[in-house]
Amino acid sequence: MPRVLLIEDDPSIREGVGLGLRRRGHEVSAAETGEAGLALMTSFHPELVLLDLMLPGINGVQVCRRIRETSQVPIIMLTARGDDFDIVVGLEAGADDYIVKPARTEVIEARIKAVLRRLADPAGGRPDVDVHGGLSIDRSGLTVAKNGERVPLAPSEIKLLLHLSASPEQVFSRQQLLEYVWDHSYHADARLVDACVRRLRTKIEDPDSSPRYIQTVRGFGYRFGPL
Amino acid sequence: MRRIAPLGLRTRLIAAFLLVAAISAVSTAALTYQQARNAILKQSQDTAVSTLRDLMDQQSIQLPLDQQQLQRIVLDLGKRGQPHPWIMFAEYGTLRASTNPVQPTSTVITDKLRRQVSTNPHGAFQRVEDQRGNPYLTIGMPAVFKNNGAYEPTGAVFFVVMPLDAERTTVEAMVAAARQGAIPGLAIAIIPALLAARSVLRPVRDMRRAAQRLGRGHLDTRIEVRGADELAGLARTFNETARALEQSVSELREAEVRARRFASDVSHELRTPLAGMLAVTEVLDEDAGGLDPDTAAALRLISAETGKLAVLVEDLMEISRFDARAAELNPDDVDIAEFVTKTLERRHWSDGRVVTDLQPGVRARLDPRRFDVVLANLVGNALKHGDAPVHVTVRTEARPEQGPDAGADPAAGAGTGGAGTGGARLLVEVADSGEGIAPEALPHIFDRFFKADAARTRSSGSGLGLAITLENVRLHGGTLRAANGAGRGAVFTIDMPLEVES
Repeated sequence: MPRVLLIEDDPSIREGVGLGLRRRGHEVSAAETGEAGLALMTSFHPELVLLDLMLPGINGVQVCRRIRETSQVPIIMLTARGDDFDIVVGLEAGADDYIVKPARTEVIEARIKAVLRRLADPAGGRPDVDVHGGLSIDRSGLTVAKNGERVPLAPSEIKLLLHLSASPEQVFSRQQLLEYVWDHSYHADARLVDACVRRLRTKIEDPDSSPRYIQTVRGFGYRFGPL
Repeated sequence: MRRIAPLGLRTRLIAAFLLVAAISAVSTAALTYQQARNAILKQSQDTAVSTLRDLMDQQSIQLPLDQQQLQRIVLDLGKRGQPHPWIMFAEYGTLRASTNPVQPTSTVITDKLRRQVSTNPHGAFQRVEDQRGNPYLTIGMPAVFKNNGAYEPTGAVFFVVMPLDAERTTVEAMVAAARQGAIPGLAIAIIPALLAARSVLRPVRDMRRAAQRLGRGHLDTRIEVRGADELAGLARTFNETARALEQSVSELREAEVRARRFASDVSHELRTPLAGMLAVTEVLDEDAGGLDPDTAAALRLISAETGKLAVLVEDLMEISRFDARAAELNPDDVDIAEFVTKTLERRHWSDGRVVTDLQPGVRARLDPRRFDVVLANLVGNALKHGDAPVHVTVRTEARPEQGPDAGADPAAGAGTGGAGTGGARLLVEVADSGEGIAPEALPHIFDRFFKADAARTRSSGSGLGLAITLENVRLHGGTLRAANGAGRGAVFTIDMPLEVES
């Protein structure tokens, strides 16, 4: 069962969520502050981070950026819902998903599983390394290189790129992408797709020109190519 | 300057001013004219009458008169007319004499004068005009002699016809003078009229502008108070009213902001403990089976109530976001038929309890998350409070531009479109097969925490569902109406633009 690092300042949530997840067989390590959480990253080696957005000291967004500097571990934000601004900021800082508080353990666990499953589910039947222009995508190694240089991508970004590039020129709606990539079956999160596309673009696109690999089809969604 | 009425205040003020000036000028002129005219005529008249009487007294008449004598007297009297030369006529029985040799009887002496003369020994006079409109004074005087203190008529009557041309010219000159004086007078009166109108109208105009500004929400609008007249008093009152209004509005706003912040803060504060509780409720539920029945029931109760509380807090948060206008629309293009089907499937309502009639191939631009909430809420309500089958009908309608809320039932309708009342509309109807909504509950159905059935004070919902639904529809620029269908249960109709503006 996955090792989860929970960074949450409120003791009742920390203990409640920790208790619920441990009961379901997860190994949970909890940190009270962002600093403590970052320190645990190196010793605990979590497979997934549950990160509260509002933290004393350095906040969740900053913690997320720090983690992303060194690690591509999946991150799920725990957020006070509806603060759309926070959600978008959190997603753009590199989070893979977000959970609105309060949430039942089953919801949290489903989200954790969905995020983790992304990496365990490579698109089959394709050659291991796809080359699209200057971009080479290693489907089994789950690495992406731009002009020969490795690009570090968060799990959701890799999953999105794999999915889009598996069917070049096919248009996917946000809803389809949500269902394939995030395993979400409800409408809450078109913002997830948009934020992830934005992040992916900053990493793989040529910043000076309009998007080449991931193109927006206005009113419908996104597609990979044509190059 | 925009005209506010066909006849503005300025026009009316000046007209009134001129009317007053004209009335006073005309009445003064008329009175003066009448007085002067009477004085002039009376003077001529009196002079003529007394002259004739004197002349008659001096005349010795020997009866009976013959034509010759009569003619002589007439000629004698005719020469001495005062104040103007006059024409003399005399009548005695059948004899007629005149100073005018071609006309023995006058054409301007009336029968009335003849009658008056015959009964009055002092004679009578009358002002007449001939056919050409020339005024004459006619005087008739009988020749009498005194007998033992009583006047005895001799039977001879003398008439004087004196033209009043000179008097008429004088009177006409007076009329002309009055007229020529009145017109420049009226013209000059326009100047004070304009000045007065300006001095009255400027404060009025200021006040109108200020009231308009006030109406547009500039509550700090004040008027400069000039002088100490009634208009200044009005301006002062206006300022006081504006100040009072500003104060109470700002107090209201503060109170509203405080109330909203309170609701938002309460919800936020509730959320943290709830998050912890909700995370462990499954632990309680799972372990309840191994405990004694009372403890198990208590645990399950706590678990269920925690779930309800979490829903309530979420709904409260959502409502406070709407109140704070912090709710955002994230529109996306969706295939509406597919969307509705998925919303129903996701909630496991696709087992025949919900019957759909969806227009295929319609793409709409809306916020999928919010619209999902709207649909789920309406269908969920229909299943909970009404009866299956629930009919969901989706169609589009092209509608010409029209005013907002035209034709909407004011009692059951809620929500105003504001933007985009014309163009393509999306109409979604959710109808259940239950008993419908009680008529007295219909106007309140969208109120927060409203429970249609007073006995069911704690239904499983939070009581905020329809309020949130309505706010979501409004956010899309649409309206939501509740009504009772013909022969069926309650019918909720969403009417919103097919393409919401983001």
